[in-house]
Amino acid sequence: MEIKDMTAVKLSAAIREGRMTVMEAVAATIDAIRSREKEIHAFLFIDEEGACHRAEEVQKKIDSGELVGPLAGVPIAIKDNICTKGLKTTCASKILYNFVPTYTAEAVKRLEDAGAIVIGKTNMDEFAMGSTTETSAYGVTKNPWNTNHVPGGSSGGSCAAVAAGEVLCALGSDTGGSIRQPSSFCGVTGMKPTYGTVSRYGLIAYGSSLDQIGPVAKDVTDCAAILQTIASHDPKDATSMEREDYDFLSALKEDVSDLKIGIPNSYFGEGLDPQVKASILSAAEVLKSLGAEVEFFDLDLVEYAIPAYYVIASAEASSNLERFDGVKYGYRASEYEGLHDMYKKSRSEGFGPEVKRRIMLGSFVLSSGYYDAYYLKALRTKALIKQEFNKAFEKYDMILSPASPSTAPRLGESLSDPIQMYLGDIYTVSVNLAGLPGITVPCGFDNKGLPIGMQLIGDCFAEKKLLRAAYTYEQARGTYPLPKKEEA
Amino acid sequence: MANRISDETMDYVGILAKLDLNEEEKEAARSDMQKMLDYVDKLNELDTSNVEPMTHIFSMGNVFREDVVTNQDDRANMLLNAPKEKDGQYMVPKTVE
Repeated sequence: MEIKDMTAVKLSAAIREGRMTVMEAVAATIDAIRSREKEIHAFLFIDEEGACHRAEEVQKKIDSGELVGPLAGVPIAIKDNICTKGLKTTCASKILYNFVPTYTAEAVKRLEDAGAIVIGKTNMDEFAMGSTTETSAYGVTKNPWNTNHVPGGSSGGSCAAVAAGEVLCALGSDTGGSIRQPSSFCGVTGMKPTYGTVSRYGLIAYGSSLDQIGPVAKDVTDCAAILQTIASHDPKDATSMEREDYDFLSALKEDVSDLKIGIPNSYFGEGLDPQVKASILSAAEVLKSLGAEVEFFDLDLVEYAIPAYYVIASAEASSNLERFDGVKYGYRASEYEGLHDMYKKSRSEGFGPEVKRRIMLGSFVLSSGYYDAYYLKALRTKALIKQEFNKAFEKYDMILSPASPSTAPRLGESLSDPIQMYLGDIYTVSVNLAGLPGITVPCGFDNKGLPIGMQLIGDCFAEKKLLRAAYTYEQARGTYPLPKKEEA
Repeated sequence: MANRISDETMDYVGILAKLDLNEEEKEAARSDMQKMLDYVDKLNELDTSNVEPMTHIFSMGNVFREDVVTNQDDRANMLLNAPKEKDGQYMVPKTVE
């Protein structure tokens, strides 16, 4: 079996059983990346030398029996807003064009400790602000299913790299849907854990109260294995939570007979592509036929999630991005008069339009005179949205919905109307506002051959139930294909 | 609809955001912000008078730790990222006459 036909967990087993070496896995991954990158551009940097060096190290530890976990020897791609010591980390922004972190993010460190091998850094929307990966300062990533379409965003590079068969798995980050939506557009499986489950130490902050790192992979088992590896209670992240149970792989059982799944009526109204709707509803039928109780219910306040989200996310972004001022790292303007002019020019030349748009909005809603009317109003709305989810989870084990109202749009069609683009986040942002876990599992195709993803949303800390339902559905669905390589 | 954002407000937000926008960019930013704020005004449909603002979804309070240094001195590597450096320090334009 070729590596590209494997999953991460299967590749690691093959390596640990001596059917393949780590170096062979790394070499095959580099070959796969080389053969697809020109067309897809999922990566910003590829660390061949570092990966080969690490391969030898990891092989020794596997041979000596020190590394026995499910990701030992597996090459993995890392979204470029996650710090990797000695390896350039740019957030796909000009302002960090030459930034080399002096430390590694906790999630990546945990992967490395488990024997995974960082192969490179993936493209993204600049500072994770966008839904298409088109706001990257370093060029767009193409959707491997149809290169005239976007891969989604902001973790578009990570999802496209997995879909294109360049890597078996990747890390993304999700602030308002940035793992789940591109996973849907690229036909891969992606998960956003409960807030506080994965340490944010080393994740370059966008909206700190919303950001979570999570896995992107070809199946639910790989997502569980990665989550199990990266989840931890980390004192370096004050919002990190101590969880009772980190054994996510044990959740992978084919059984939904005890689960009650709710489908919000309000998620199936105007704006939803009929083909997406049909595909999601037929996935719901599959879960029903496997024994789950599935019913429609009323989830209120859905239309208020997007405005509340953009106020909160922009406010936090304007504060978090103050650190980029041309003093300690990154881009500094070449001509300026005095310190303040240097800050302003460096930032104005270093940030792209979408980032500036959100910094301006965020600065406005936090300014005296508008703080109560906008920022506090959004935080009050968030409390109400959280209450609505609490009510839903009193009755249901999980919520089933689309991940996005449409399949991947064509390149160049989204950025001209920001509000229209933001509306595409309708099914994902409320999950971040309420801190909930969510997983996207591919469930079909539209008539253009573009993937459709189903999203399952759980209550806080209910990852195991989500993984079990997603796994059960996946087994019934059968293998979801990867795109055929287009003729060059 | 929110009141039109005044020139003064735009200048003030520019100072807070530490962004230097030319006239054209400023007009575009004003129009973008205006549209977004009109959209955000939808939140006023909700009565939130008895709702506390929710900053954190878990009521975990402050997280304390001992004030002990755990990381190593990494000055040299950190300075490698400095746009300008002099004598082991970050170099910035003169700020005090």
